[in-house]
Amino acid sequence: MAELSYREAVARGIAQEMRRDPMLVMLGEDIAGAGGVFKTTVGLLDEFGPSRIRDTPISEQAILGAAMGAAMTGIPVIAEIMFSDFIAVCFDILANEMAKSRYMTGGQMTVPVVVRTHNGGGSRFGAQHSQSVENWCMMIPGLKVVAPSNPGDVVGLLAAAIRDPDPVVFFEHKSLLATKAEVPDGEIIDTLGTAKVLREGTDCTIAALALMVPRAMEAAERLAAEGISAEVIDLRSLVPLDTQTILGSVEKTGRLYTVEENPRLCGWGAEIASLVGEEAFWNLDGPVIRISTPHIPLPSAENLEDLTIPSVDRIYETIKRTMD
Amino acid sequence: MDEADIPADVRLELYERQHVLRQFEKRAYDLFMQNLVKGTSHLSLGMEAISAGFGQAMQPDDYVFATYRGHAHTLSKGAPLGPVMAELLGRENGILQGKGGSMHLTSVEHNMMGSYAIIGAHLCIANGTAWSAQIRGTDQVTVAFFGDGATNIGAFHEALNFAVIWNLPIVFVCENNLYMEYTPSDLITAVDHPAADRASAYGLERIVVDGNDADAVYLAAQDALSKARRGAGPSLVEAVTYRHGGHSRADPGKYRPAEEVEAWLDHDPIPIYHQRLLRLGVSEGDLATIQQSVAGRVDEATEFAKAGGAPAPESAMTDLWANGGSAWRN
Repeated sequence: MAELSYREAVARGIAQEMRRDPMLVMLGEDIAGAGGVFKTTVGLLDEFGPSRIRDTPISEQAILGAAMGAAMTGIPVIAEIMFSDFIAVCFDILANEMAKSRYMTGGQMTVPVVVRTHNGGGSRFGAQHSQSVENWCMMIPGLKVVAPSNPGDVVGLLAAAIRDPDPVVFFEHKSLLATKAEVPDGEIIDTLGTAKVLREGTDCTIAALALMVPRAMEAAERLAAEGISAEVIDLRSLVPLDTQTILGSVEKTGRLYTVEENPRLCGWGAEIASLVGEEAFWNLDGPVIRISTPHIPLPSAENLEDLTIPSVDRIYETIKRTMD
Repeated sequence: MDEADIPADVRLELYERQHVLRQFEKRAYDLFMQNLVKGTSHLSLGMEAISAGFGQAMQPDDYVFATYRGHAHTLSKGAPLGPVMAELLGRENGILQGKGGSMHLTSVEHNMMGSYAIIGAHLCIANGTAWSAQIRGTDQVTVAFFGDGATNIGAFHEALNFAVIWNLPIVFVCENNLYMEYTPSDLITAVDHPAADRASAYGLERIVVDGNDADAVYLAAQDALSKARRGAGPSLVEAVTYRHGGHSRADPGKYRPAEEVEAWLDHDPIPIYHQRLLRLGVSEGDLATIQQSVAGRVDEATEFAKAGGAPAPESAMTDLWANGGSAWRN
């Protein structure tokens, strides 16, 4: 057991899988010599060499295209898109090609690619380097979508994503990179599509993802002091989605809050609200309430960005107000 | 080209290949008119020499990528006529079981890695199979066909730069049929030869070939393939040709000047090749035998396709994920 940062966990997860599978390769901008602009790939070039850890030009379509082509021929590939906002630049390869090729070819193609990318706000980078775009990927049939909230989950879910034969988009949150936790030694392998109940509660359920998880946990602690017992679920993966854990929790608590960093319109919380409305309506004691970023691009100034992304205060106050 | 150093048996195969593509697509057109092919389709009638020439020069384990105008490339890589025809008809015995259609023809078994309906996207993907050959240490080459229209897409430029800096075993083949869908290429492109004139921007040789001469294409293909196979990197080949019909099923192609169409019909690759073989001593009878044999295969393919049923409704829900299903929630 050693204390590991979230960013170190990324490199550890990749290294674990590269040691296991000598065919696994990785490509992306500034990932080799520079160790990644977020230092999530530090040390990988030294251990695995330039034929397996490859720098690319700033050409996002070329990166995902090469990843897809190699994967089609049985080479598992990790492709890094530096900021998740840049997925828009190569969205065709992701959404039209990688996601659909198995279906369109009647099952002939398998595309074992993991697209790793740095998601989310809190760094005052402004609207084109701070978005949470997991919804962009969630809506495409054929893509799996994973977003861990802590270092242990990073290692295990990354390993699971790499071993998964389907294309997986793996969102690492920029504002979590420096956070640390004890992580078990040795090989860690997790399971996609499994949520975790991080805090048991009886009065309401809070479903959160990535950076919103620690904020939901802190809000839940404050609510406990007010006599409100909140259960906190770390969704970890949006596709596949662990519906059983969500529905089971709502059955117990009767209330559901989703905490989303993405803009409100068509956010994943709406999908979960729909799920619960369809399948657990009679268990609900009140409306499903979504706590999200407003439907605006992210501003850059510190106070404005902090206003838009759900904060511990906003989560706490929203729940306290609506539970009264 | 009569004097080119090409064995007689190879020439007969080139002749047969062109006839397969021509007769198959003419039949596909007839089936449209009978309303047996739904949706759209993009024929490459008149452009057969390019697919045939490259198909002939490639090894069976080389990879091919095509555009939405990909019937000829798919057949030329060895995909069977019957299942390809059945796919155009949307039948369960189609090569993609009716899930892909004309614009997505693929046969992984033949290393025909797909037809891509988003202009230019596949050029980036083709780099990946070339990279894979490099990783696995094989001598496989990837051939990526694309139209002149793709040369104004960003992915074309990303793919070329990427292929050159990684020294990938890939040949990019521009089928320049002079029209970017409905618009003449020269009206909307900064250079005369949309692919070849840009080759030097990526440190590549400028290669333009008569795309209506199967021998010329075959020789250019041999050069580019052997360069890639010996590790000397990518090539960009522009083959100038002309489609006999419009852009797609919906397009009669009336925007093209009559004299231009007539001139290109006079430069039809198949009569050109027919005359060459006669000059080289092949008899009319031998050529007629090849044509008839191909006609028989196309008839068989048509019957095979018509005999196929509609895909089972439940198949709509299979093969999204590697587990064979489509459930997105657990």
